[in-house]
Amino acid sequence: MAYNLKQEAKKPERFTGGHRMCAGCGAPVVSRTVLRALKPEDHAVVGAATGCMEVSTFLYPYTAWKDSFIHSAFENVAATISGAEAAYVAMKRKGKLPADGETKFIAFGGDGGTYDIGLQSLSGAMERGHDMVYVCYDNGAYMNTGIQRSSATPKYADTTTSPAGSVIPGKSQYRKDLTLIMANHRLPYVAQTAPIGNFRDLHQKAEKALYTKGACFLNVLAPCPRGWRYDTPKLMDISKLAVETCIWPLYEVENGKVTVNYKPKNKLPVEEYLKPQGRFRHLFKKGNEHMIAEIQAEIDSRWEELLMLAGEK
Amino acid sequence: MAIRDRLSGNEAVAVAMKQVNPDVVAAFPITPSTEIPQYFSSFVADGKVDTEFVPVESEHSAMSACIGAQAAGARTMTATSANGLALMWEMLYIAASCKLPIALSVVNRALSGPINIHNDHSDSMGARDSGWVQLYGETNQEAYDNLIQAVKIGEHPDVLLPVMNCYDGFITSHAVENIELIEDEKVKAFVGDYKPEHYLNDKENPIAVGPLDLQNHYFEHKRQQAESMMKAKKVILEVAEEFEKLTGRKYGLFEEYKMEDAEVAIVVINSTAGTAKYVVDQLREKGVKAGLIKIRVYRPFPVDEITAALSKCKAIAVMDKADSFNAAGGPLFTDITSALYGRVDGIKVINYIYGLGGRDVRTDDIAFVYDALLEIVKTGEIKSVYNYLGVRE
Ligand SMILES: Cc1ncc(C[n+]2csc(CCOP(=O)(O)OP(=O)(O)O)c2C)c(N)n1
Repeated sequence: MAYNLKQEAKKPERFTGGHRMCAGCGAPVVSRTVLRALKPEDHAVVGAATGCMEVSTFLYPYTAWKDSFIHSAFENVAATISGAEAAYVAMKRKGKLPADGETKFIAFGGDGGTYDIGLQSLSGAMERGHDMVYVCYDNGAYMNTGIQRSSATPKYADTTTSPAGSVIPGKSQYRKDLTLIMANHRLPYVAQTAPIGNFRDLHQKAEKALYTKGACFLNVLAPCPRGWRYDTPKLMDISKLAVETCIWPLYEVENGKVTVNYKPKNKLPVEEYLKPQGRFRHLFKKGNEHMIAEIQAEIDSRWEELLMLAGEK
Repeated sequence: MAIRDRLSGNEAVAVAMKQVNPDVVAAFPITPSTEIPQYFSSFVADGKVDTEFVPVESEHSAMSACIGAQAAGARTMTATSANGLALMWEMLYIAASCKLPIALSVVNRALSGPINIHNDHSDSMGARDSGWVQLYGETNQEAYDNLIQAVKIGEHPDVLLPVMNCYDGFITSHAVENIELIEDEKVKAFVGDYKPEHYLNDKENPIAVGPLDLQNHYFEHKRQQAESMMKAKKVILEVAEEFEKLTGRKYGLFEEYKMEDAEVAIVVINSTAGTAKYVVDQLREKGVKAGLIKIRVYRPFPVDEITAALSKCKAIAVMDKADSFNAAGGPLFTDITSALYGRVDGIKVINYIYGLGGRDVRTDDIAFVYDALLEIVKTGEIKSVYNYLGVRE
């Protein structure tokens, strides 16, 4: 059946309102859309790494998760969910669970819990091939502890541990390309996506990841109004600009085959993406034009590389 | 009929795991516990168990996967030593606070640094305040028996805490000794089915585990955890009684050896007790009223029972195979002296740190300790409370 947001939105919410995520934050949009891709009859065991999402959605004694949920620590949501999945396999085999219906295993982690401290646990769980989906909501910094840089933070971004100072202009390094690292794990399904438009791209990729057997990985852009310093109503615009400038290309890798899902007709200059965000304000000072040019060159080369991987060049 | 066999400690523990047939085992290799996941994965490969074996990429992930698995409704086990246990440290506390009765065999090994593969107790002593029940065993037989009991203790509704089954690396883990195994069906019946009240994989009754728990609730939750540990003592004794009915082997909170009329005694943990009992026998032949206490249950710490057992002694030496680097004494010493304080007065207590990094402990060393105690009884004087035994200084 073709994707229809109106239809999808009629499903009972599995991630409910009343949580404490900030207005204008991308992460709850990501978790709600991912869970909406579940078949209504299927149960889910959801895990979250320590981070904004976890601390704002399960504050004792309230939970925003209608499915089963577990948080144990920061760096290990992949291992924790892999254990829950192993339990499911064993309990099914031993007849300890009803034969009907399916349970899906989903881990959510921020970029800190995924690219950095949780990378080992993620790599291990994916390599072992548990039937689970790992969803990184990438907001490009450790937001929960107050906007510290991560290996997902873009170059020159101003964070509290890569401050734009008078000598050093923000973060000195480019971001790690985690989606390709995961693709090189040769998983059945890896995708990069963002909550844009009617959420079709995110929904369909979540559905594919959930209903492809084995370990699947989704890297989802999740703008953060506090860390990126944009006006909260601009959430959807910022995500869209990330895609239109090709700083965050939408693509998927199925058993090694790369497909670029969206190629902007007119690739927008990166300034359009940088400008509405306070974390890049210093780049627009006189004399810093070369920094924007450098970012543009890096985006262009990564985009070309991706098209090549997809066999489009 | 019990099955007589000759097994190493690690083999015996792996056999106990096979007989329990847990739902999930997640483990990572480290000497001297490596054989456990090795033996166990061969049971899996040969279809002797229907456990899901998760060969994780680290001990941190081993404990994390155990937490996920046990919370999901599975009976879960693992094993480790030294640095592996240290890497689990963060997750040990979380396992206990989530009230998950995971069973972990700790094959005691000196904790780095410097790196050393041999036995002492610096690994599990570092985890003594993590909220796990800690059982210690002198022999292969005890390691086997303790693991089977650990499952039942941890899963008891009054307890619901994870349990460590600790025994000495190489000395117990690798030495082959006679052992009496219990028949498979009897082990199965003894541990019963694992039927948690709430679990993640119960799709009819979804639950949430591991909240952010702030000033309003954290304190009460910690109090409940403490309550479980207090209740564990009674449960440990009940399980031991049931185990005795099954096997004839008697277990308590600690073992008393020739303590009835002992004037001098040492308190010790694990395999050194074997050496020390031999020395006690020799001293007894000479008419010396020597005795020994071997700790089995270190957490919860049996304060009243230990005090009662030691109350008639004149001088005691507490033997610690780990230092706590407080410049005053090892962990067992601190616990014993604080147990005695205000309960019985006038007993002279000294501490020996011994055997670190696998340094041999000979009968002469133990005899030296009893001599020191006899000297204290004679003179009424303690020259030094905090001592190292058998070290070159
Ligand atoms: C082992 C450990 N180190 C550090 C922390 C502190 N900490 C909690 S959340 C967090 C950052 C989370 O960042 P990210 O994963 O990007 O998620 P976000 O908060 O941005 O949603 C940090 C550093 C912790 N909880 N555990």
